[in-house]
Amino acid sequence: MAKLTKEEVKHVAHLARLAITDEEAEKFANQLGKITDFAEQLNELDTTNVKPTSHVLPIVNVMREDVAQKGLDREVMMLNVKEQEAGQVKVPPILED
Amino acid sequence: MTLFERSSKELQEGLHSGDFKIADLTNEAFARIEKLDGDVQAFLALNKEKAIAQAEEMDQVPFEQRGPLFGLPIGVKDNIVTEGLETTCASKILEGFMPIYDATVVKKLRDAGMITVGKLNMDEFAMGSSNENSAFKTTKNPWNLDHVPGGSSGASAASVAAGEVPFSLGSDTGGSIRQPAAYCGVVGMKPTYGRVSRFGLVAFASSLDQIGPITRNVYDNALLLEAIAGVDANDSTSADVPVPNYVASLNGDIKGLRIAVPKEFLGEGVGEAARNSVLEALEVLKGLGATVEEVSLPHSKYALAAYYILSSSEASSNLSRFDGIRYGFRAEGVKNLMELYKETRAQGFGDEVKRRIMLGTYSLSAGTYDAYYKKAQQVRTLIKEDYDKVFENYDVIVGPTAPTPAFKVGENIDDPMTMYANDILTIPINLAGVPAISIPCGFENGLPLGLQIIGKHFDEETIYRTAFAYEQATDFNTQTPQIWEVK
Repeated sequence: MAKLTKEEVKHVAHLARLAITDEEAEKFANQLGKITDFAEQLNELDTTNVKPTSHVLPIVNVMREDVAQKGLDREVMMLNVKEQEAGQVKVPPILED
Repeated sequence: MTLFERSSKELQEGLHSGDFKIADLTNEAFARIEKLDGDVQAFLALNKEKAIAQAEEMDQVPFEQRGPLFGLPIGVKDNIVTEGLETTCASKILEGFMPIYDATVVKKLRDAGMITVGKLNMDEFAMGSSNENSAFKTTKNPWNLDHVPGGSSGASAASVAAGEVPFSLGSDTGGSIRQPAAYCGVVGMKPTYGRVSRFGLVAFASSLDQIGPITRNVYDNALLLEAIAGVDANDSTSADVPVPNYVASLNGDIKGLRIAVPKEFLGEGVGEAARNSVLEALEVLKGLGATVEEVSLPHSKYALAAYYILSSSEASSNLSRFDGIRYGFRAEGVKNLMELYKETRAQGFGDEVKRRIMLGTYSLSAGTYDAYYKKAQQVRTLIKEDYDKVFENYDVIVGPTAPTPAFKVGENIDDPMTMYANDILTIPINLAGVPAISIPCGFENGLPLGLQIIGKHFDEETIYRTAFAYEQATDFNTQTPQIWEVK
């Protein structure tokens, strides 16, 4: 584990779908570097054969009866959509010409 | 003087004897907010018209049909969705968002007859320890307006401490109920993971998040938890464990209670005043018949690093839904879909949220996954085992809630690592999934200090019993900040 470079931060920002300027990438590289440096201390611990915990409780899938239930009204669902047309969500072009 | 000096019991007595009506209580909340919120800055949205109409209707309900919380006003943290009442998570990306359903806890509040007066400020998406990460305003500590109220449920604690509302709901992922409760001198409970439904809580870190009550005393807190707890078909991580009648166990008797005090919670990094207030509290508890012994939670120092990796990883996934398509803020002047995503998120999220999304994305990336995410999950196991071991021989674990009282506004804002260190005593509890409360236990320079009482999974009952006994034996919870006295 090494310090994050500016280029790595730009790559991560792209994966996270965040537009980022050169200046910001520099600032975040510095700040994230401090955090990952701090996280290095976890390597002091030997975790061979230690099971990872994703949930503290023994969680199992919860099933419900396969019976149709009334959902929310379409009109209500569209309430917060900024741009719409004919009951559909409108977005900018996905493919460019 | 305000009606909110009274406990829920006294408020119900007042309603029953006709001293005041439910509408008077609702009006009192809005009057207090109008007078005080210019200074405290706790509320993001008010539910005035509907709340007053609801109160007048409820005044008509016969007394025998009313429960112990009926007609009492409450504030709700702004990451809990409320149908028809704007919910933003204090983020620009959700500005103007109008929920189309109620969170399960909000439904339960309504079933109990409580009246939601408004939405409470927070750190953006619950990421922060001071409320300074809100996109809209910085809530202040009612005990000293130059200081922060804590975070991320800072305004949930501050609004109760200022007597704007007698009850509030917060959420706690790494200390976000307990640390602000300590900073503001109120009672805040983070229940066992799974105790309260998360349906309608905007997710930050799904394996850690938990909703909980903030109140001025332990009895009211227990009452409110009982009202919101329980399994929910809409949250498959909510636990099917019976909810006890918490207030029934509040008898002040803790004879024979076995208290563990981890040496790691009173060591390096913990201020002298916080340490001394806990040592004094332990004497009080001993005087009530409890036994106190020192124990060790050897992996405590690794909790902070594990927490930031795990919570940020979960956040990077949860927050991917904010893309400008179906709700909230949408960037303008973009030429394609990818640019819409990137610009919406760049303009809509604040810096702390971006930092954590990037840290999480990085931790989950190919090549770093094992070294960061998996490693942190393994360390989480070790931390959880520390708690399991101690709870084999003890009923509760006691320590400070935070290393210091509330710091000044602006003091830590430029240094994420220093800011994170405020949560070293609360974070391990979320990783272990156990419940914990913070109750007032002293002051330093006029600012409150908090005592943290940690219990076994689903044993909120013993925590409340201990906290109640301590509260009865001390007078910290009866003290109010000067701002309280406003006419």
